Amino acid sequence: MYSFDMTSEQKMLVDTVRRYAEKNLRAVYREAEESKQVPDKVVQMGWELGLLPGFIDAQYGGYGEYSALTSALYLEEMAWGDLGISLHLLTPNLFAIPIAQFGNDKQKEQYLALFCNDSFPRATAALVEPVVQFDPADLRTTAVKEGDSFIINGKKTYVPLAKQAEFFLVYAQEGGVTQAYIVPSDTPGVKIGKRVKLMGVQALEMYEVEFENVTVPKANRLGGLKGIRIQKLLTLSRITLAALAVGLARAAYEYAVAYAKERVAFGEPIAHRQSIAFMLANMRIEIEGTRLMVWEAAYKFDAGEDAAKAALLAKSYADKMVLDVTDGAVQVLGGHGYIREHPVELWLRNGRGFVTMDGAVVA
Amino acid sequence: MAIEFKTPEAIEKQLRQVQIVAEHAMRPDSRRLDDNEHERPARYVAMMLPQMQEMERANIAAAKARAAKKKEAALATQSNGHGGVAVLEAPPAEEARQSTGTMMLVHMIEMLSWGDAGIYLCIPGGGLGGAAVQAVGTAEQIERFLTRYTEGPAKWGAMAMTEPQAGSDTGNIQTTATFDPATNEWVINGQKIFCTSGKLALEESDGMVVVWATVDKKAGRAGMKPFVVEAGTPGVIIAKVEEKLGIRASDTAAIIFDNARIPADNVLGDAEVKTSGGKGFKGAMKTFDSTRPIVAASAIGIGRAAFEFTRDTLAKEGVKMEYGKPRWKLSAVQADLLEMEAQLRAAWLLTLKATALLDAREENKLESSMAKAKAGRAVTMITQKAVELLGPLGYSTELLVEKWMRDAKINDIYEGTGQINTLIVAREILGYTRNELK
Repeated sequence: MYSFDMTSEQKMLVDTVRRYAEKNLRAVYREAEESKQVPDKVVQMGWELGLLPGFIDAQYGGYGEYSALTSALYLEEMAWGDLGISLHLLTPNLFAIPIAQFGNDKQKEQYLALFCNDSFPRATAALVEPVVQFDPADLRTTAVKEGDSFIINGKKTYVPLAKQAEFFLVYAQEGGVTQAYIVPSDTPGVKIGKRVKLMGVQALEMYEVEFENVTVPKANRLGGLKGIRIQKLLTLSRITLAALAVGLARAAYEYAVAYAKERVAFGEPIAHRQSIAFMLANMRIEIEGTRLMVWEAAYKFDAGEDAAKAALLAKSYADKMVLDVTDGAVQVLGGHGYIREHPVELWLRNGRGFVTMDGAVVA
Repeated sequence: MAIEFKTPEAIEKQLRQVQIVAEHAMRPDSRRLDDNEHERPARYVAMMLPQMQEMERANIAAAKARAAKKKEAALATQSNGHGGVAVLEAPPAEEARQSTGTMMLVHMIEMLSWGDAGIYLCIPGGGLGGAAVQAVGTAEQIERFLTRYTEGPAKWGAMAMTEPQAGSDTGNIQTTATFDPATNEWVINGQKIFCTSGKLALEESDGMVVVWATVDKKAGRAGMKPFVVEAGTPGVIIAKVEEKLGIRASDTAAIIFDNARIPADNVLGDAEVKTSGGKGFKGAMKTFDSTRPIVAASAIGIGRAAFEFTRDTLAKEGVKMEYGKPRWKLSAVQADLLEMEAQLRAAWLLTLKATALLDAREENKLESSMAKAKAGRAVTMITQKAVELLGPLGYSTELLVEKWMRDAKINDIYEGTGQINTLIVAREILGYTRNELK
């Protein structure tokens, strides 16, 4: 059947994350962006929500199983609070989710327990490369098998929290196919470069990382001999990013609605004019349409159906939608939208990031 | 409940049947019926009739049961707080959430419109007129007006609302209904236009039309009531059948009512004018909440036809979709196809949500207008793109793509233009009345 009602467990989780986003993320988002730093306290509180352990099997120390749909539901709330801080909070997922999806028993046993502790895990992933036509399925970074080891060479960028990371999940091309390798940060040849400066999500610390003849044992190849399926990972990433885009867009839409009802011009609220009201109506329609596409893709993923196409359609639609909506919000606020006193300019800058981050966020 | 995106097996099964109709009784006649405007799609009507009669039987039984319950409820309380409208009344608990009627219907209409949207509209049965009778009629009226659609040769029903000076502003209609106590009849005078299937209902079969008329002009919307006018009523004249951009197989009639006399009990709902609230008019507006997802579904069927044909034709030429690639590695044509498919999906999912709410008898005004506004706009874009992407052949009448573009446009116009539906969405999200947001 077609049903659009969350389970009561999902509703509770969404409520919890919404409260956290409202109380904590909204309170510090501007300060975090301007100081380019996420307060530790907010991270710790976010970690204590226990979202990631909820996706890890009990046998590895968690208390649930992965659901792309449940993830999509709370990611919307998180991004509604703030995207930069959300991406900081989700950094351990970039390591843990692929391990849970593709790891062999030994890898799951060894690593997943790290994500079921009280303290924020220090693990991240390196996928994106500093090239113009970046394609996760066609990487420049290479992994070459030599004896019982893999030797990794290449330059990565957009690696979140690389400086404090103890483990990297490094994506590299092995004989023309993208695979992933677990690399402890103290492995010789791992060089953390400069912090990446971006147009938006500036609260999130991201670095360039170079891997120069980094040698790891062959047991560190994710999934062992079987390896990973990069398209499946991209499918999950697209669902993740599209869900975050819906949350960000909803934040901008709600702000614009409230402003338009409040702001008086020519003697009445500007929302009384169709030129403004229709912009807001179209924002709402596009947000809702995107959300349903995200849900459908996530539902298919969880049901074990081929979700690749649904996820791609959702992501591609979300990329455009989030730009339209955040830009529309700036426009509704007019000159005030351009001023950093209001959040909409930041949301527009953040919104621009989604198309770029394809593959880079999995949660 | 849990979120679910799965077409039920019963609907899948039905769709396989409908697709056969679409492929064998619609597509082969598409071009001919577009060229010969208003020729009745005989093959399609004959093929659909038995099924539609059976469906009408089920609908009528359900509507009669509802009407009987409503009568009891009306005696118990003066108002249910929802404007007294049938479609909004909460069903008894055991009935709740079990209806999948509209979900089946939107899927069928999507598929029929994939076949041919103009031919689809000639579906035999009560149509919008029948829906109005079911929604607000008494058990006796349902029996009297709708039994015809369950038996005998094909018959049609229609709804007459629009007038030359009153389109989207339906509150401005001028057609009058005056009660004549001498004969116990209503006398209808006025002119209606843009009545879909009006000719099929009044001239080509023993059908009926639900006509909106005012019993008291001073009362405004509260004075507007729906009346059933049957085929063969003296003083009812089909003045004109419109020549249109698309959906040419479907007749769009202009009807003149010149002292047309109908029995007193042909008024649907309460004939009394209540100054406290225009329930009858609200009832008419309320029916749009259930018909808009259906129009959206029809739009989407045309859009899917155009998208699939374009995709398959280009694939034969070596331009294939690659769903795994980053967007910046797609060609412009591939990016267009991706955009078309995503737009179609967004519109379809909005439609399914509006429909699921309707079947659950929950408020869906916002959702149905969102679906309709989105589908009308998306499918206009998709069909225009299809014509463009297929080059000289797309523009040619050798293919059906140009026809689909013409057919699609109606969905951005009828059952509320894209602008009217956007206006409704805007009022809903802003919490504004029609005076605050004009």
